[in-house]
This record gives sequence, structure tokens and C-alpha cells, in this order.
Amino acid sequence: MSTGSQWKNPVIRWVDDRLPIFTYMDHEYQQFPMPRNLNYFWNFGALASIVLVVMVVTGVMLAMQYTPHVDYAFDSVERIRRDVNYGWLLQYIHMNGGSMFFIVVYIHMFRGLYYGSYKAPRELLWMLGVVILLLMMATAFMGYVLPWGQMSYWGATVITNLFSAIPLVGDWIVTLLWGGFSVDNATLNRFYSLHYLMPFVLFAVVGLHVVALHVSKSNNPDGIEMKGPQDSVPFHPYFTAKDSVGVGVFLLFFAFFVFYAPNFFGEPDNYIEANPLQTPSHIVPEWYFLPFYAILRSVTIDILFIPAKLMGVLLMFGSILILFILPWLDTARVRSAKYRPIYKYIFWIFFVDCIALGWVGSQPAEGTALIIGQVATVYYFAHFLLVMPILGKIETPLPLPSSIAEPVTGGGGGASAGAAAAKMEKP
Amino acid sequence: MADTAASPESGDEDAGRRDFLILAAGAMGVVGAASFAWPLIDSMNPSAEVLALSTVDVDLDPIQEGQSITIVWQGKPVFVRRRTKAEIEQALKDDSAELRDPEKDGDRAQKPDWLVMIGLCTHLGCIPLGQKSTDPKGEFGGWFCPCHGSHYDTAGRIRKGPAPKNLPLPPYKFVDDKTILIG
Amino acid sequence: MLKAIKTLAVIVSLGVAGPALAAGGVEIPKRDWSFQGLFGTYDRAAMQRGLQIYQESCAGCHSIRLIYYRNLADLGYTAEQIKAFAAENEVEDGPNDEGEMYMRPAVASDRFIKPFPNDNAARAGNNGALPPDLSLMVEARVGGPNYLYAVLTGYGEPPAGTEVMDGMSYNKYFPGHQIAMPPPLSEDGVEFADGTKATVEQQAKDITTFLAWASEPNMEARKSMGLKVMLFLLVFTGLLIAVKRRIWADVH
Repeated sequence: MSTGSQWKNPVIRWVDDRLPIFTYMDHEYQQFPMPRNLNYFWNFGALASIVLVVMVVTGVMLAMQYTPHVDYAFDSVERIRRDVNYGWLLQYIHMNGGSMFFIVVYIHMFRGLYYGSYKAPRELLWMLGVVILLLMMATAFMGYVLPWGQMSYWGATVITNLFSAIPLVGDWIVTLLWGGFSVDNATLNRFYSLHYLMPFVLFAVVGLHVVALHVSKSNNPDGIEMKGPQDSVPFHPYFTAKDSVGVGVFLLFFAFFVFYAPNFFGEPDNYIEANPLQTPSHIVPEWYFLPFYAILRSVTIDILFIPAKLMGVLLMFGSILILFILPWLDTARVRSAKYRPIYKYIFWIFFVDCIALGWVGSQPAEGTALIIGQVATVYYFAHFLLVMPILGKIETPLPLPSSIAEPVTGGGGGASAGAAAAKMEKP
Repeated sequence: MADTAASPESGDEDAGRRDFLILAAGAMGVVGAASFAWPLIDSMNPSAEVLALSTVDVDLDPIQEGQSITIVWQGKPVFVRRRTKAEIEQALKDDSAELRDPEKDGDRAQKPDWLVMIGLCTHLGCIPLGQKSTDPKGEFGGWFCPCHGSHYDTAGRIRKGPAPKNLPLPPYKFVDDKTILIG
Repeated sequence: MLKAIKTLAVIVSLGVAGPALAAGGVEIPKRDWSFQGLFGTYDRAAMQRGLQIYQESCAGCHSIRLIYYRNLADLGYTAEQIKAFAAENEVEDGPNDEGEMYMRPAVASDRFIKPFPNDNAARAGNNGALPPDLSLMVEARVGGPNYLYAVLTGYGEPPAGTEVMDGMSYNKYFPGHQIAMPPPLSEDGVEFADGTKATVEQQAKDITTFLAWASEPNMEARKSMGLKVMLFLLVFTGLLIAVKRRIWADVH
């Protein structure tokens, strides 16, 4: 049915009448209303999708050169670095791209935490984001195994052994993951297969994440909904231009590491071929796993009937899974920390707590580092389970502006915090 | 279409400058994307260690008259045949025959005794028979491609069948009387 | 733009200030290397001397298996020189028509020959210690070239009270201070064709430069492309900022 289509070009019109991709693109990326008050922290979603594309493209090219076999994997990566045309470039982009992906996504997440982007009606949007994070972690972990260096091998051994903490079936699961009795050729091959598969699953979930975003629209620094055209600007050209600025700056940052500090995020030990008979003296995961690694190691005694090993694993997975229920743990009536005088500080305390966990994760598990790690772990969970629910009840939010277009409420008339907060709930 | 959403009230000069900026940024974006695409594409070209293997020395000493050997050069079979007097004569005689891809025997063999060719049929890339003494050699006493029935003569020229060209010659040179360097 | 520059400045300072502690807790002294910095390149003469040191002092025990003879073109050698250099070594090839493996002179497309056929033979020939492959030695050690230089020059008498086990040598910078490798470099242990005096320090510097190249032969290509990419992106980003300001002019 041709509904008086807006397209003049007959070919576009013909296609659009049958498959409305042009109308869809126009609707979702041209006319799509964006809050006019977004700051540059709203760039990071676009940046993450750019990194995903860069990773897939370089990854496909690298896969053409890589050999997933314990005898050849290490040398095939060195062949890529030395003999393949621009192989060094592709490998460095892919290797640093992993770190860039996590930098961008972590900033994206902290943005969400600060401005309350996970709160109603965006709970599913946030939960899909947590799924994306989990998929990213699995993909990154398996990708790190492929070069078959010492850290690859021992990282794979340690992480797969986490599953042995599961009561009764743990050892069976670990053997299943390995396809043998240690990390070996079968493990490398399945990790390669899954490392290639996962990004496409990731793509699908990113698609859902974007669909959910386009239903509820972007949150914004004020954390109040758009009330009309005066509050919004069309996505194009305003946010194509603004996102492009972010992309330019980000590519500078990315390129600096690729060209001038390609091994900054890496470990020298991974330039030694995997040796199943010798563990490196100090094994650490990639930096983006450090906070979780610190939580894993912080449990040193059995708690009640739960062995320390199992508890560590549960807490580590719990530290991510708890994000799924964050939308219901946060009881505050307003979204943005801008209007939450206490949460504003709590947020930064939580941020520092995460950094501290990351530092602890990079240190040997002993002495002061261990104690700091335990305190930081307790606080991490307390933040979600105690601080967020209680703070929302006792904190008095600042008065919200009546609309995005008028960020200053002027005379400070009737709009009490409570009333403004109630308004927020209306779509 | 792209700029219709921008405000109409800005002056013409302003709009012109904006258009120029957008055009310049767009052009740079295209150049950047293309520059990024090149390393991706070039990574599929032969790598350094493959190119390093692109020459092969062949010792001719053990090959008797009427014998052929097949060696691998760049992953392709190369036929090296020490031709008999009769084959050379036949090849010279056929210089004046009607040829699909006319070439003199003298242009195909640097030394008449030695014929060096890439052993891939110019039709669709099968390896013609004729290297072993027991192989069928086709109607012209040279090589015969079993896939689609192309016949090559004693100088490797196409004489009958679907193939369009003579068997191609690799670049080679005689290092000395007993050795050739292919590639 | 200013923000981008500031960000970059922070990163540069972070990258430069990376810690360089040996596992034993001894600080590795920092040295200046020709290949450091945004524009650093490998010193060709030092690499050529380094190759000579590798051949004369290291190759008896240490392999450098990822390097092909053809790679020596990076050191400034011609194809003819490389061919002659390679031909001095014998590699196994085959099987021939009789099914036998045979030895032939190496060619440019061969990898550097190894001193031992496998790790077990290498251990057996070195009192049970495995001399590591040197292809990635600079990338594979914390501290990189500084660490390598420090270990090569760190031999000496053990301080009073330190027991050194039989067959081991004392080394100030090696983790644990006991190293199975006897001092590999000696004063005038090699004679350089270019007349450079072969002090231990000079040799350590040259072999380190050679091995830094072996670890990352494409470093110079990386840095020169990096410069072009960064300049392009700076201009591009500047332009994008200008576009964004214009477009947003009527909103603010």
C-alpha cells in the first residue's frame, strides 16, 4: 500500500513501499527527536558501536591469517605481525581495540549510573546493556587466548577453573569446557569458533538495545522527559555532527595507542609462547577484568557452609549480575545525580571503589592490597544493596526544572521536588 | 535533504560556509575510510614469506632426453621437458600450421632442448596429461587435458579443444647449462 | 581541540613514566635508545654490529627462530650480501627423490638456523637450563631493552654473604640474582669491521638494538604511518568541531 510516501525518487519509493527501510532510517536517524541538552558523555554509545564495527572488520581479516592450533597459533600471530601486508596494523588495532571497547563501554555505563539512565522506563534498555557487557567479556576473554602466549594459556586455565567451584558438577563442566584434561588444542579451537560467533550475537543484542532506546528515547543530564518539540532537536544533523566530534577525538586516542604505545595495555609475558609446564610468576588478567578479579580473590575464608573458592566465584559473577536489578534497588524519585545532592558524592565514592578494586586486582593477593580489596568488595555490594535503596528514601532531591528547554525554574514557584518528580513518570 | 533540518533563518553566506565545512569534512571522512580500507584489502595479497619463495632453482642434470619433470613454483605445476629431436622438428614444422594462438617454437623455448611451461590448461586450470611416458599425449604428441579435451602440441601450443591460449611460460633463465632459475 | 591535546599530553606522560622494576625488586636503569620516542628509528650500524655479536657470542646457544635471512635487508644489507651470509649456514631439506633428508646451504627465504634441534637437546647441552629464543626477547621482558642491557652488563662478584650455586653466575639485575648464562660478552670479545671499540657496554647496546628490531621489525613503518594518521585525524577532528559548532549555532 502506497501511503502517499514522502519519497520522490521512484526507485526509493518502490523499495520503501515494500520494505520501509528509508522511512525507518528517516524516522529513527533523521527526524528522531533527541534531548537538546545532551553533553558529550552521550557520545559513548555511538563510539562503542564504531569500535564493534572496527573489531569485526579487523577480526575477519585476521581470521584469514590465523591458525587455531597449539603448535602454530603463536607463530601464525607472529607471521601476521611480521610478514602479512599491514598485518602488524590489523593486529595492533584489534588488540588495542579490545581495550578501547571496554574504556568506551565503562564510561558509557558510569554515565548511565550518574544520570540514572537505568530508571523507569529504561530498565530493559539497561538490562540489555548488561547482557552486552557479559558478551563482551566472554568474547574478549576467548580472544585473549588465541595468540597462545603464556598469559593466554594461564588466563584460560584460571578462568575455566572458576567453574570447578560449582558444587557436584563443577569438574564435569570444566572438562566439558576444555574438551580434554587441560587447556589444549580442543580448547583453543572451540574458543576460536566462539570468538568468531559471539560478536554477531553481540550485534543482535546491540540491535535490541538500540530499538529499546528508540522507544524510550535518550535520557539526558536533567533526567526529565522531553515534553515537546521545544525540548528536542532532530538526530540529523545535530547529533550526527556531535557524535562525529566524539568519533574524531576518540580515533585520535585510539590511534595514539595503536601507533605509539601498542603494547601499553598488554603483558610482556604474552610474547612468550604458551608453556603448560611453567606458570608465569605474576599472572594478571587484562586490565578490564581487574576489578572483578580483585573481588574473586577477596574471599579468603569459608563463609558459613560456602567454601571460599565458591564464594569468590559467586561474588565475582554477582558483581555483574547485581546490575540487572539496579533499576529496582535505586529507590530515588529523580534520575539525575545533578538533582541528588548526596548521591552526587556517593557516585564518586563508588567510582573510586571500582578504581581501587582495579588496582587491587593488579597486585599480588597479599598484605595491604588484600585488605583494601576486601573492604572495597564489601563496599561494592553495600553500594547496591544498602546505599542505593536507603539513600533514595532519605535524600531530598533538588527541584527539577519544568522542562529541558527551561533548565532554570525561574521564580522557583510551585514546582516542588515531589511534584516535579511525579511529572517525570509521564511519558 | 541532509541539511533541510537546519534552521532556515541563518543567512545565505553563513549557509554557504556551513555547506563548505560539511563538504570538506565529508570528503575527509571518505578519504579516511578509503585509507583504512586499503590495509584491510592489502592484507589479503601474498605476504612477505610467500613472496620470498617466488623463485625456484631446478637442476636439469638428471633429466634424460624424452623425460619430463614437474616442479612446484608459486603453488603451480611447472613442466620441464627435455624434448627429443623428433619433437623439436615437429614443433618447428608446426610453426607454419594454422594456430589458434600463433607463436614460434623459437619464442617458446630459450634452448630448443628444454621446454619450460606452466602446466595449467588455459581453459579452466586443470593439469594436462603428457608428463609421464604412459600418459595420453593428445592428437599432436604434446599434452592432453582430460577435463575438457584440449590438445597441445610438442611446443605446448593449443591445437584443438576449448582452451584459448598456449600453455603459459613462466619467467626463467639459465643460470648455467645444468640449472635454470624460475621466477 | 585543546581538550584533545591535553588528553594526548596526559597519555604521553603516562606512557613514558611506566615503571621498570625487575622481579627481584632492583630498579632497572633507563637508557636512551635510538628507537625510542615518537620518531625513533633503529640505528643501522648498531644493528649490523648486533648481528655480528649474535652470530659470534649468542648463536651457539640461543635461537632466533622468527627471523629469516631475508629480514636482514632491514639492517641495510643487499640481496647479494644476504645470499652470501645465508649460504654460510646449512639447513636440512628434503625428502629428496630417494626419500632421504639432506643438507643444503641456506637461502634468503630460510629462517635463521637453530643451535639445537629441540628444547630437550638445548637443555642437555646447557646443564639443564633452556636458553630462551631471542626473537621476542625485548617485547617479552618487563623493562624491554633496558632490562636486556642491564642483565648483559649486570654480571659481577656477588656481595658478601650471597651464595651462588654451582654453574650459576651472579647478576645484579636478573630476577633472583642467579643466572645460568655465564657472562656472554667480554671486553673485545668481537672485532667490529667498522672499528668501533668492542667494550662490554658497546656490545650490550648493539645486541639490544639488534634484538629490539628482531622483536618488532615493523616499528619504523608503524611510527611513520602513525604520524600521518595522527596529523590527518587532528585536521579532520578540527573540521568536525567546526561543523558541529556551525550546526549547533542556532540551538545555543
